[in-house]
Amino acid sequence: MTNNIPPPLLDVRNLSVRFDTPHGKVQAVNGVSWSIAAGATLGIIGESGSGKSVGLEAIMGLIQSPPGHVTGEVIFDGQNLLTMTQENRRALRGEKISMVFQDAVSALNPSLTIGYQISEVYRSRKRCSKEDASRKAVELMDRVRIPSAKTRLKQYPFEFSGGMCQRVMIATALAMDPQILIADEPTTALDVTVQRQIMALLADLQRDTGMALVLITHDLGVVAEVVEQALVMYAGKVVEQADVNTLFDRPAHPYTRSLIGSMPRIDNRGMRLKAIAGSPPAAGRTLPGCSFHPRCPDQFEICASQQPELSRVGTNHIASCHLNVVATDER
Amino acid sequence: MSQIVGNPTVEPAEPDDRAATTSFTDYLRALLRDKVTAVAALFLLILLVAAAGAEFLAPHDPNAANLRARFIPPLGTARDGTFYLFGTDELGRDVLSRLMHGATVSMSIGLLGAICSAIVGVSLGILAGFYRGKLEIVLMRAVDGMMALPSLLIALFILFVIGSGFANLIFIFTLLHWMIFARMARSLTLSYKEQTYVTAARAVGASDLRIILTHILPNMISPLLVLFTLEIAVLILSEASLSFLGFGVQPPRASWGLMIARGREYISSAWWLVVMPGAAIFLAALCLNLVAAWARAISDPVQRWRWLTKPSTEKDAT
Amino acid sequence: MLAFILRRLVHSIVLLFALVSFVFVVGRVIGDPALIMLGTNATEAALQQVRENLGLTDPIWKQYLVFVGDLLRGDFGTSFRYGFSVLPTDLLRAEGTPVLPVVLERLPATFMLAGAALGMSFLLAIVMGCLAAMHPRSWIDHLVNVISLASVSLVQFWFGLILILLLSVHLGLFPTGGYGTWQHLILPALTLAARPLGRIAQVVRSAMLDELAKPYVVAARAKGVSETRVVFVHALKNASIPIVTITGDELSQLLTGAMLVETIFAWPGIGMLLIDSLSRRDLPMVQAGIFVVAALVVMINFLVDIAYTVINPRIALDSREIN
Repeated sequence: MTNNIPPPLLDVRNLSVRFDTPHGKVQAVNGVSWSIAAGATLGIIGESGSGKSVGLEAIMGLIQSPPGHVTGEVIFDGQNLLTMTQENRRALRGEKISMVFQDAVSALNPSLTIGYQISEVYRSRKRCSKEDASRKAVELMDRVRIPSAKTRLKQYPFEFSGGMCQRVMIATALAMDPQILIADEPTTALDVTVQRQIMALLADLQRDTGMALVLITHDLGVVAEVVEQALVMYAGKVVEQADVNTLFDRPAHPYTRSLIGSMPRIDNRGMRLKAIAGSPPAAGRTLPGCSFHPRCPDQFEICASQQPELSRVGTNHIASCHLNVVATDER
Repeated sequence: MSQIVGNPTVEPAEPDDRAATTSFTDYLRALLRDKVTAVAALFLLILLVAAAGAEFLAPHDPNAANLRARFIPPLGTARDGTFYLFGTDELGRDVLSRLMHGATVSMSIGLLGAICSAIVGVSLGILAGFYRGKLEIVLMRAVDGMMALPSLLIALFILFVIGSGFANLIFIFTLLHWMIFARMARSLTLSYKEQTYVTAARAVGASDLRIILTHILPNMISPLLVLFTLEIAVLILSEASLSFLGFGVQPPRASWGLMIARGREYISSAWWLVVMPGAAIFLAALCLNLVAAWARAISDPVQRWRWLTKPSTEKDAT
Repeated sequence: MLAFILRRLVHSIVLLFALVSFVFVVGRVIGDPALIMLGTNATEAALQQVRENLGLTDPIWKQYLVFVGDLLRGDFGTSFRYGFSVLPTDLLRAEGTPVLPVVLERLPATFMLAGAALGMSFLLAIVMGCLAAMHPRSWIDHLVNVISLASVSLVQFWFGLILILLLSVHLGLFPTGGYGTWQHLILPALTLAARPLGRIAQVVRSAMLDELAKPYVVAARAKGVSETRVVFVHALKNASIPIVTITGDELSQLLTGAMLVETIFAWPGIGMLLIDSLSRRDLPMVQAGIFVVAALVVMINFLVDIAYTVINPRIALDSREIN
């Protein structure tokens, strides 16, 4: 965990999310803790089912309370978001904390104009006129580099490409100058070239506004370029956290190592792509012992029976793997 | 970077035993779990028995007038001691017996009308979906056109011209209700036609008729049954309306709709003459709709777990 | 957008034409108008006289052309029953009542009734359906389910009679029938409103359930939009297509349902005219009435199509057939 002298902007402590389904209880997020300072960039890496999206939805207050149960603390601006009233929570959304979703096209309402959707919250929170709201929408669209913004105001999402829709989403998220922007796999659904543009845009916007950025992704390339602090999730838990360079140079968890190892590299021509054998545990099923051990190339006897704890493996570097404990013991 | 070594243990996938075919007893158990629908099904069964056996089961002759026992309220007794469960009408006829005979008429018209419409509609729909081309275009235009017109009105007009009667009613209902079966049968055929097992059957030289009868038709049974049940309810209501207006079943045949029409004159003094037959129609239609809704829910793969599987135990909890 | 509207217009006109042909075929070809009008007791001479008077002895195709020609001029024939207590003996020289004006004059009463019924049911159905979708498995969800099920199974004319029995006869709150004041309107409108209320609420509920599960709803909530806005502005707009479809459908049903209800409440609309004409064997009036009501239904469907283009801009701009 980073030792910030000023308290972190957002401090997530022991967040857990459980869903009660007719087939049993599903533990989607299991005791996750992290924090982000103002203006910093945090990357959350994980496969589908790792609980990365659910955790952020819980922070935003978007989990339906039955069947979901959220426990833990999420401290923002001195207050615990999880114990706030719905109304207060809603007031924060869009204003202080904004979220951008993966599939931008379906995240936009097909029968409302772009201009309306971008300026909707701005208009109601600032209580301004329609003209002012339209002007703001054009300004925002310019910022996210959407060409011919004025004519686009009255258009509908189906007239926009995937990349443009994502820009619209980002514009909407920026409308009230939030302190934190959470981007849930913003480029996964886009072409590679568009991906680069969007990521560059996000980086520029962050620099201009000084907002914190929480970026969820499974693309390590993006992590390497944009992120300062990275956090790896597996099966609802944090398995490793470090600053980005340390993560790539000295990954301390076998899962991280396997992820890095499975990245296609241009200098490995002709060699087979390395995949991680097996598949993640079915959502919410917890195994006794380490969740990763069935797929772990380095697993040994203790891994099947005892869950590893998050332990410090360096400055600003923690990981939960029995190997690290054994290693420090051996020293 | 280390190579991936060792034999990572991977849990085998659990067999899904919900994939096994469900038997009749499974469905029966599922029905009993939904109390409301079970009661509805029971009521329908009673109605069916009453309708089929009205001749033998009715306590009195539905047409036997007894002018000394007129207008007896429900649960009342006549001067000569006979008990009338639902009372008597303006001619002293037992309402319960008339209701039972009316059940015969209404249910047989509903059932026969639905069967005929289904036969015509499904056949045309399958042909349209299977062979496509001009046949499909013409048929679907006909379906759209006919469905756009108000059916009660058309029925009245035709009956006005050709006269009413049991057979004519069945004819009219078939004429005006085949479309809904055709539309569903066509869309189902279109989707089944593309399945691999159909291509495989063709590859071994199965004839079109054989493919339709053995591969396409059996899969349609369950959604068609749901529609069929709903249509019976619709037809019972239509027949009641037509008979009420005097264009349906003619006296002396007892029909629920006719009973209401006659009873209307005496509504302020003998309310049961209107309430009883109407309640019978309403309950019959309601129970049919309930059973159809249950049948639809149970054939939906997403929802059927609610009735078919046992409630989950907490052992799955982490 | 214009292309789409034109296409639907042509479709409607074709349908109207088919309707005209249908009325002709049923009236002239299948039935014998003379027999229908005079009844089975008529003498052969009288029948022949009527046949000649109406031009029924001409070849069918000629009759058809005359029929359509007359129709286009607004002439649906004359009635020798309406306004007559007895059928005039000399049909050649008697002056009958032109039927179309009579039919049209009755329309406003029916519109009033149908409009009141739809007005009552539509707004209530939207609210109920939305609330049910917002709170699944709550008491309101169950209530909506029960009401929709009951209204689909409802026997409209029986329900009307029950209302008369309870509210008119026993409680004396409303008159049993007739026309004139708003009190006369309440019971028939209530009777007619029961069915659309249930059906529209059901469709609203299921359409809203579908929409509320979609990603744009989560995104809107994430933006900080209030739940009321999410439901009534975001989701409802997208749910409109099936809702408009069912409302148009129910409006058409209302017109035919009005027939039975008008009969029970002695409401002087087109429905009651039709039923009376049917029992008086007044073929021209029946033909005109059937045609006008069916034509109205076709028009309603056309207006619903136009409404789609307003609601869902994609349909207009894509101008593809909805099917």
